[in-house]
Amino acid sequence: MAEPIKKITLMKGSEPDLSAATYQIYDESHTIGNALRWMLMKNPKVEFCGYSAPHPSENTIQVRIQMYDNLSSLTALMDALSALDDLCESVDDAYKTSLKHDAYERWEERS
Amino acid sequence: MTSRNAIDPRRLVGVHAERVTNISSTDYPGHYPDEDNSWNLEKFQKNLKVKVQRLSQRSIEFDLVGVDASIANAFRRILLAEVPTVVVEHVYVWDNTSVIQDEVLAHRIGLVPLNIDPALVEMRDATNQPTDRNTVVFKLQVACERNPHAPKNSKNPAELYINHEVLSSHLVWEPAGEQEDVFAANPPAPTNPNIVLAKLRPGQEVEMELHAVKGVGKDHAKYSAVATASYRLLPHIVIKKPIPPHLADKFQKCFAPGVINVHPLTKEVSVDEHNIRKDTVTREVLRHPEFTDMVELSRIRDHFLFSIESEGAYAPERLLPEAIQIMRDKIANLRKAAEALLHADDAAGDGDVQMASV
Repeated sequence: MAEPIKKITLMKGSEPDLSAATYQIYDESHTIGNALRWMLMKNPKVEFCGYSAPHPSENTIQVRIQMYDNLSSLTALMDALSALDDLCESVDDAYKTSLKHDAYERWEERS
Repeated sequence: MTSRNAIDPRRLVGVHAERVTNISSTDYPGHYPDEDNSWNLEKFQKNLKVKVQRLSQRSIEFDLVGVDASIANAFRRILLAEVPTVVVEHVYVWDNTSVIQDEVLAHRIGLVPLNIDPALVEMRDATNQPTDRNTVVFKLQVACERNPHAPKNSKNPAELYINHEVLSSHLVWEPAGEQEDVFAANPPAPTNPNIVLAKLRPGQEVEMELHAVKGVGKDHAKYSAVATASYRLLPHIVIKKPIPPHLADKFQKCFAPGVINVHPLTKEVSVDEHNIRKDTVTREVLRHPEFTDMVELSRIRDHFLFSIESEGAYAPERLLPEAIQIMRDKIANLRKAAEALLHADDAAGDGDVQMASV
């Protein structure tokens, strides 16, 4: 046993300028995969984005990103991650606001 | 007659007699010519609507409107599999002469939900060394004996014997170290005291030490913080032609109770805007030839009706914020890894990228 497993590795066959690359993400699943794919597809500079969970017994997902204009897919990945974080923050704020200020039905549940 | 507040047809998933249509979202850049559709936080925040509908001490229902299914599903998946709780993981059996085997009884004890606030307990690290910060200890000692005062001719085990059942209420918390102070407000115990763990007869005894640790649902379902966490899409019903008055009651019966209003005098049919969420979209109405082309059924693709039932460790209203925080921790973790990759790539110089060792 040597070094710890890397969270993200660049898979074989990526373009040298990273304009097209597949990233293997360790210990993640459809939870992050699908959300990240959606956010990457919202980027107009992304030509193609898809992800897969290659095998149920492998604890990884693979995210393929191809860019227009030879832009870096790694930059697009970082932007998508920031945007996802902003999204989560917005949902969190909206939920807490509703919980605090909205009038909603409260009821006693028997167990 | 159409719905008062018309909905953008692009948001609708069509529900027809034999098929569903327009399932996938299309709000991507490049899908529609001359439309932007790229990610825009302000636009997202303007469209986003979160509204709590019902709250009890065990469950919460809320609407999440304006997000993609991938986001709603991420929250649901995290709620099921990654919000941590504290439950019994290690069981040390000193004595078990009941008819239920050690491992089966240990498994049953593991499934008992505890009221321990997971924020007060640390996750065990790689060494798996128990400390008062990461382990909560319970003792379980129950012995069954005959009740000397049992009524004559009784056949009821509850009267004949003392302790004829091992119950979740028999778990006795053993505070260690600083735990007495940490858990002072809410002493650790099962959320439900009446769970039968084993049945005993006179002479049988159970004596065990139970170690509860923090874990997540993807390791074992017993750690799941929720009983269920699910969503469905808001149904949408459009009545396209007036329903003939003599068919109004039959039309109403095609839907869940409360969804369709029939005016008691004029027999005019309308959709109840508030109760429409109660509809199950059974498509019953589409089976009757007399209603052909009179009604259109659909669901709203980005209007999620969330329903979360807590298992007891968290107050139900705390669950979504916990899930969102876990999502954001994941994102932060990934950002760090991506940045490391970016710098590694810079250091490697002209196009010599690192490759995955496969």
